Parts: sequence; C-alpha cells; structure tokens
Amino acid sequence: MKVLRAGRMERCIGCHSCSLACARLVHGRLSWNTAGIRIASAGGLSTGFEAHLCVACDPAPCAAACPSGSLVQRAGGGVTVDRDLCIRCGKCASACPVDAIYMDPEEQYPYLCLHCGRCVAFCPHGCIALEDVDARRPGSRGGDVDGEVPDAY
Amino acid sequence: MRTDQTWSRVLHVDLESGRSHVLQFGSRAEHLGGSGLAAALYSRYGLLDAPALDPRQPLIFAVGPLTGLFPLMSKTVCGFRSPYTGEWAESHAGGRLALSLRFAGYDALMVTGAARGLSALIVGARTVDLHDVAYLRGADVFSTGKYLRRFGRESSGHRSCIRIGPAGEQGISYACINVDSFRHFGRLGAGAVMGAKNLKGIVVLGDGSYRLPEGKAYPKLMRELYKDITGTDKMRKYHDLGTPANLTALNGLNALPWNNLQKTTDERIDGISGETFADRFLLRQTACAGCPVGCIHIGLLRQQFASDHEFLYKQVSYDYESIFSQGTMLGLTDGSDVLALLDETEKLGLDCMSSGVALAWVAEAVEKGVITERETLVPIRFGEVQGFMEALRHIAMGSNEFYRTLGTGALKAADVYGGAEYACVLGQEMAGYATGEVFFVAQAYGFRHSHLDSGGYAWDQSSKEKDARKAVDFLVDDEYKRILINCMVSCMFARATYGPERIAECLASVGLTDLADGLETAGRAVQALRWKLKFDTGFDVDAVRIPKRYTEVVTWKGAIDTTYMDAVRTTYAAAIRELAASGQPMSGSEDA
Ligand code: SF4
Ligand code: SF4
Ligand code: SF4
Repeated sequence: MKVLRAGRMERCIGCHSCSLACARLVHGRLSWNTAGIRIASAGGLSTGFEAHLCVACDPAPCAAACPSGSLVQRAGGGVTVDRDLCIRCGKCASACPVDAIYMDPEEQYPYLCLHCGRCVAFCPHGCIALEDVDARRPGSRGGDVDGEVPDAY
Repeated sequence: MRTDQTWSRVLHVDLESGRSHVLQFGSRAEHLGGSGLAAALYSRYGLLDAPALDPRQPLIFAVGPLTGLFPLMSKTVCGFRSPYTGEWAESHAGGRLALSLRFAGYDALMVTGAARGLSALIVGARTVDLHDVAYLRGADVFSTGKYLRRFGRESSGHRSCIRIGPAGEQGISYACINVDSFRHFGRLGAGAVMGAKNLKGIVVLGDGSYRLPEGKAYPKLMRELYKDITGTDKMRKYHDLGTPANLTALNGLNALPWNNLQKTTDERIDGISGETFADRFLLRQTACAGCPVGCIHIGLLRQQFASDHEFLYKQVSYDYESIFSQGTMLGLTDGSDVLALLDETEKLGLDCMSSGVALAWVAEAVEKGVITERETLVPIRFGEVQGFMEALRHIAMGSNEFYRTLGTGALKAADVYGGAEYACVLGQEMAGYATGEVFFVAQAYGFRHSHLDSGGYAWDQSSKEKDARKAVDFLVDDEYKRILINCMVSCMFARATYGPERIAECLASVGLTDLADGLETAGRAVQALRWKLKFDTGFDVDAVRIPKRYTEVVTWKGAIDTTYMDAVRTTYAAAIRELAASGQPMSGSEDA
C-alpha cells in the first residue's frame, strides 16, 4: 500500500501546482482549497512552505468520528471516501489531529487526500512522493524521497 | 461559480460611502480581461479631468479569463492614474494576488473614494469588510503585513495581502504597493493612489472554487502546456540564476548602466553578478501562486547589529532590475550593500528602480556641484552605501523641499536644481538596458514607460540595419502581442509559450470561443483604447524628452546614432498618435 508523503518540503517554492492538480484531476474543481494537499507559508522561525495533508493514520480518527460510513479506514493508513454517504456534518474535520480535512464552506463537503499520487508529477521540485507504507515501519530505511525530480509526464 | 461568463464580474468598493456592489461589467469578448478590463473600467468610472490623487479616481486590480486555469497565468494588472505622469497607467505584479482574486470570484476589484480613517479592506468570496487600522499609520511594509495577515484567518483558504509603506501614505510619486512581501506594483506610483484613499492594505481571500470547464479540450491542453513549460529547458534560466544572470551579459556588451549611466561597463562586475548573488546570498527561490517556475530569488542578508556576535538576518528579494538600479547605477559593487538598500526600500514602500535611479542622479549632481549637502542632508557619493540608505528614508518621508521634489521624479528635480542633461529619465527613471536607440525611444514613449511594454532592447541587439520604420512596426506589433498576454494575465516570462494562437486555443478550451474567435480584433481595440486613455489624461507625445546623457552612451555598437534615434522618435510618435486616435469606447462605458 502506498501513501502520499511531503517529505521534501524544504525544497518547496509555493507554486500550488500540487493543490491545483488535485482539485482539477481528483475533484473536478478549479481551486487551491478543495484539494487533498494545501500549501501554506511556514512563518515563524522556519522559512518556506509547509504542506497540509493527510498523514495516513491507522487507525484513523476521522473514520472513527464519521457517523455515516462515508469515511472508512484504508489499509495502510488514511481513509477511503464515499461521497454519496456523506451527511456533511464536519465531524471528520474536527477529529483530524493535523487539520488535513478542508470543509468547503459552500457545499460543506470534506476534501482530503486519497493517496492516489496524481499530484506528484506536477511538483517541479520533487517535494512530494508516493511511498510504501512499509518504509515507515520500525527497522526500515525511512521515508526518503529519492533525489530525482520527476518529469511531469 | 463558472469561468465562462460573457461579462466580467467586478467587485466595486466605494470607500467614501462605505458601499460595495458586484457588477456584471461590459463584454469580455471586447475587453478580454486584465489590461483591457482595467481600461474599460476606467473609461466608465474614471474622472478624466481630476488629478491622479483625487480619491474619487478608481484604483483597479484586474485578472484575466485564463487566470488560474493555465500555468504562469499568475499576474494581476493594477490600473490607476499615475501621480508621476498624471496619466492613465498600469503596473503588473505576481504573488498570490491573481489566484486569490480568481478564487474570490472576481475578475477585478475596483476601489473608489477615500476612507474616513486609515483602513484595511478585506474581500473574499463571502466577505467585504473595512477595518479601521489607525494603529498602522506610518508602519513599514513588513510590520503592516504581519498585522494584516490577522484578518481573514477564519476563512481557511489562501490569501493575498497587499499594502503600502510610509512612502504611499506620504503620496510619493513612485511609492509602490507591496504584494505578498516579495512582489510589487512597483512603478508609476500606485502606492500613492492607495494612500490617497486612506487605504493601508487589502487582504484578498481566495476562498471560493469553480466548476472546471467541461469537455476534454481543457485537461488535454493544460497537460500539454504544463509539460511544455516544466519539461523543457525553456524556463530554467529564470529559476537558476534568475534575471540577475543578465548583469554579466549586459556588462560584457557595454550595455549595463553604471554610475548614473556615465559608463556602460565596469570590471568590478563580479562583486554583484548573478553568479555572486547565487553563491553568496541565495537562500531560496519561491514562486507566484500558479507558476511552477519559481523565479523569485530571496537573498539572505546577515547583519551584525552590536559588537560581540550579535546578528540578525533578513530575507530580501532581488532581481536584475533591482541590482542595476540600487547597485551598478549607484556604483556599489558589494552584494550585501545592495541587499541592505533593497531591504530599506522595501520597508519604506518605494519603487526600487525609480528611487535608485533618482539617487544616481543625486550622486552625479553632487559630484558636479549642482547640489550640495544643504539639499541632500547627508553625504551622497557613488560607491558609499550609507548616504543612499539615509537618502531613501528622506525621499519616503519628504524630509525637505529638495527630497519632496525628488519624490516627484529625478527629471523634475533636475529642472529645478539643474543637471537635467544627465537625469536618467525616459518617461520615468530608466530600466537597466543601455542597449541603444530603439530601447531609449521605446521606454520614453512607451505606454507604461517600462522595458516590458515592448522588446526594444531585443531589437537593439538583434537588428543589423537602422530602419526606423521596421523598428517601429516591430514595437507596435510586439506591444500588441504583449497586450494579449496582459489581458489574460500571464507572466511575461511565458511570452514564448503564449503567442496569439496559443492564447486563442486556451480560451476556446475553456468554453470562451467568442473571445478566441475575436481575439485579434479585441487585442487591437484594447491597444488603441489604452493609448486613447493615456492621451485623454494628458500625455503629450510632442513633449517627450530624451535627456542628453542618452546621446553620449557608448554600447558594443559604438556611439549612439542621434539621427537614427530621431527618426525612430518621430516615426514612433506618429504611430502612437494614430493608435490613440483610433481608440473606441467599449461596452460598459456608457453611463449606467
Ligand atoms: S484525514 Fe486526518 S484523521 Fe483522517 S487519516 Fe488523514 S490525518 Fe488521520
Ligand atoms: S495523492 Fe491524490 S488525493 Fe492526495 S493530494 Fe495528491 S492528487 Fe490529491
Ligand atoms: S507542487 Fe511542489 S513546489 Fe509546488 S507547492 Fe506543491 S509541494 Fe511545493
């Protein structure tokens, strides 16, 4: 099982290409909010940018909080989403410990990362990558993105 | 929200009455967006006979029909009456503003009137609020940004924060509007226009979203363009050393202005070359929202502020024009001096090009004894950073009569104090290209008096013959192509990608077929309308001056050919006059 990790955010230039791609390709929207990954300037002592995205909890508090069965635990961490079941209560967003769920104020649907990896090719600096879940387990090498910057296609 | 309306959606905020309206303005097939939309709005809401700083004059921020839809469609056009020239003017900037306006749901934000007290305007998809910010009176650009970012936190979307510094509040003719810390509506005094409205800052919340255009054409073209821009080497130079790579190149060509254009090359270039900046100061690159290139270079300035090891650090953005205007032009050859000046300029909210070039004139005028320390208050000499540092503050604060005059432009000060022959002013303080006759004319007569109006500098470098007609035909046609880009609104760095056919293809792919079909007609009409507005607001094409210094320049081609330059001048003036005369009003310009 693979999950999306933003392991090289110190390389990020804040172009929002990842968010725009996710909104476009996964959610059919033109937006930088209704996306599984959202970029903010880091501020404070750090410089540059940070990514807000699902960190693939297992077990997932959002799925536990979901009263409709719309969010279901995904093998390897994170959740799968069935839009049709969602009752737009926003409980998942409140339960998420890392603010990874964006509740769209107009339609009240939650937007979160599904770990599909479609945004990866759009990052010009190789900040984000799909990684094997096993890479994060104790005893493994850890979740390094290799140094290569992938081509967009 | 949809992206394919036939009109532009404009948020009009009148600070005088405190009321705001969403307008369905004009016809996109006619004004397109960006430059054209701003001009069409000014035709309807502007006051031709009132001065630039009359608070009733509109201050317009416009994006285009492709903003957010394609890569590098990441710029905003600011349209305003310039306190520098008195005329209708534009300035362009990146940052997060373009996407914020798009996702807030507007093609333009137009502000008229003055607020009763110093205020901040917060707008978004579901927000229009005015806050009293009297506590920010006189605050510098950075601290203002910190305070303003507190607004709109509750909307979890991304925001843009634009603001003015002390220079804008003081009405200095080349005060800028800072956009998201590192970008600017720099030239021609938009910051003073905002100051005259008692508006310290605007926060735009990009908290709405759109349905994507239907059909397969859009995703296909988007993929193709994204690949074209990121997959090829086209954009590498902008990210790598960035525009400062030009310093060494132009110095080698004898085309880099040094010491108020007393020379065009200097062997001490290595201290402030693009390579040196990258090696010694580059902290990181960043990008405008919606642009995968990332051309914004941020330098790290480490300064000792006390004995012992007491250091502070600052992040200062730099590029070719800023290193030219506050470096070579002032005879400075140490990159950290340049970064220190740029940081001060940024805080005060001055345009770095105009303030640097104006100070270069001061340094030469002092050298020649035309002005003295009685006027300048501090010793000003080429190569000495401290004097320039203090003088910047004097300009922004209008410390005495001399600095107040200098704050209206170097040539205006020279007309009062002497030294007009060497004021490096071509409509406004020059851009960093001593490339020859065509560029000098192009900037002096150009619509924005900017090196970005048309590629005059490129013509100087590529054209072998001295044919004024051909040169002017190129300027007029190149301006037209750039206007199309400025109507969409793309970054100029993508001009090789976004030619007229490509733009039409993009428009058609998102369902704007009427814009695509009539693109050329609309583009030419926008070009004419812009010139008409410039003439209607006071531009006198016969009064344009090219100071004597420009006839003394020696480039790689040798001395300036004044006969050729005069021929280009008269031919270009006639072409501009013709364009202005053909300008027609557009839909929306009739009285409501
Ligand atoms: S959305 Fe939040 S709570 Fe749910 S799995 Fe991801 S990080 Fe965990
Ligand atoms: S992995 Fe898929 S769902 Fe997650 S942010 Fe990227 S594109 Fe969106
Ligand atoms: S695409 Fe990459 S560089 Fe651009 S904002 Fe996303 S993570 Fe940062």
